[in-house]
Amino acid sequence: MSAPLLEIQNVTMKFGGLTAVRDVSLVVNNKDLVAVIGPNGAGKTTLFNMITGIYTPTVGSVLLDGKTLNNKLASDVTNLGIARTFQNIRLFNNLSVIDNIKIARHTRISYSFLDGIFKTKKYRAEEKLIEEDSLKLLALFNLDQKADLLAKNLPYGAQRKLEMARALATKPKILLLDEPAAGMNPTETKELSELIHFIRDQFEIAVVLIEHDMRLVMEIAEKIFVLDYGSLIASGSASDVQNNPKVIEAYLGADIEGI
Amino acid sequence: MDYYLQILTNVGIFITLTLSLNLINGYCGQFSLGHAGFWGVGAYASAVYGVFFALPVDPALNMVIALAIGFLSAALCGLLIGIPCLRLKGDYLAIATIGFSEILRIIIMNTESIGGPRGFTAIPKWTNSWWVWGIAVAVTIFMLNLKRSAHGRAIISIREDEIAAETMGVNLFRYKLFAFIVGAGIAGMAGSLVAHDQQFLHPNNFNFMWSVCILVMVILGGQGSVSGSIVGAVILTVLPEILKLIGSDVSTWRVSIYAALMIILMLTRPQGIFGPHELFEKTKLKGAA
Repeated sequence: MSAPLLEIQNVTMKFGGLTAVRDVSLVVNNKDLVAVIGPNGAGKTTLFNMITGIYTPTVGSVLLDGKTLNNKLASDVTNLGIARTFQNIRLFNNLSVIDNIKIARHTRISYSFLDGIFKTKKYRAEEKLIEEDSLKLLALFNLDQKADLLAKNLPYGAQRKLEMARALATKPKILLLDEPAAGMNPTETKELSELIHFIRDQFEIAVVLIEHDMRLVMEIAEKIFVLDYGSLIASGSASDVQNNPKVIEAYLGADIEGI
Repeated sequence: MDYYLQILTNVGIFITLTLSLNLINGYCGQFSLGHAGFWGVGAYASAVYGVFFALPVDPALNMVIALAIGFLSAALCGLLIGIPCLRLKGDYLAIATIGFSEILRIIIMNTESIGGPRGFTAIPKWTNSWWVWGIAVAVTIFMLNLKRSAHGRAIISIREDEIAAETMGVNLFRYKLFAFIVGAGIAGMAGSLVAHDQQFLHPNNFNFMWSVCILVMVILGGQGSVSGSIVGAVILTVLPEILKLIGSDVSTWRVSIYAALMIILMLTRPQGIFGPHELFEKTKLKGAA
């Protein structure tokens, strides 16, 4: 059997005396649609930061296609096929929408620096291709009409979409979405759930999301991992997790006998 | 006539300098305050070549060699300074670059063989306004084309958001160092032009005040804008000369006028004349900053 797409093996992340993630292991297979949930401060974003190379785990390792990502630069992790969005949107605000996408194509560029300076044939051919591809990608997200606007002038929902489109432009094998529904109204959330399905099917990649909107999570996630105080307390399908007493305790608090 | 030609030459040199700082400061977003140091290193290195090692060839060929030496010497300093300093951010980087450029200046000040505090004299005259403007135009084209290439976009993305850039696959350190080295190298070429134009160099022509002047030109025009750098350099090079025509004492107020200009600019248009944009481009400017 080949190695799973993404495997997290017993990772622990300590910041000084604080253990943000404690001995978490999980596996994501190709074309999975999984969610990581948990109360605030449970270590979800820290987990993402370890996967994407922003932090290196104190203990344990993250494997992509069976190869370790430990000590790899965040930029190299992207090249290997992991893309992400951020909880607080991080677009290149003062650049146009299409330039945001073009930057994400950076690692797949084959022309050299000097080709760019002298505008050689190779440069022009490849830039043309990038332009076309970027517009196609934007069209999938209904953003192609806004390609020349500055990213910061987009409405909030469109910014979220652009961030996803930008992550997809790096041609990932796995897409990590950090609270994509934050700040969205129910209609937008509904659209988002369709969009996430669409992304998975269209691009044939795995999608991992961190989300607080339980309706969205229960609706789309095929598998759910629950973190609490940095530990993995439950995993499984939506119904498994909903009925798990540990999960209920983490979200609602425990019954205390005798009161 | 010579006087106006000199102003024209100075404008060309400052356009080159401003564009080179714009690469580091405007494109890449690294706040460097030691640019005059690189300028000085390039000037002195190519002057040393001109005075002590000049080959018996055509002045034009010698000028090409001098420009190459100016570029390489300053780029090397950029590399040496960049490796430790680019781990720093914002204010800390600015302070470290001030320190390094002052160290370079003091080393020059204390080296007797290149004139020390008396200044370096008898540098061969190899250049003229054509060279200066040729380089200024070449650097302008370089900067414009860089902006539209994948490598330029990677550098600009670092300015916009380092973490997002990294997550998009941009190797932060490599591109910051690239911007730093090339920016320093181009400043070195500007130094080489000054050395072989004015035939005299003094360490104080490359002190902290000049780093600030170049930075002011970048900010006035708009960080990240090539058009802005050119306009900024032209305004702030020509302005003192116009003031000189009005009254002979006014030019000593140059720094005060800089300050007043910056205050007015920051209050009315903090992003500079052009912001990060160019004179002609299709990105919608509405609400741009």
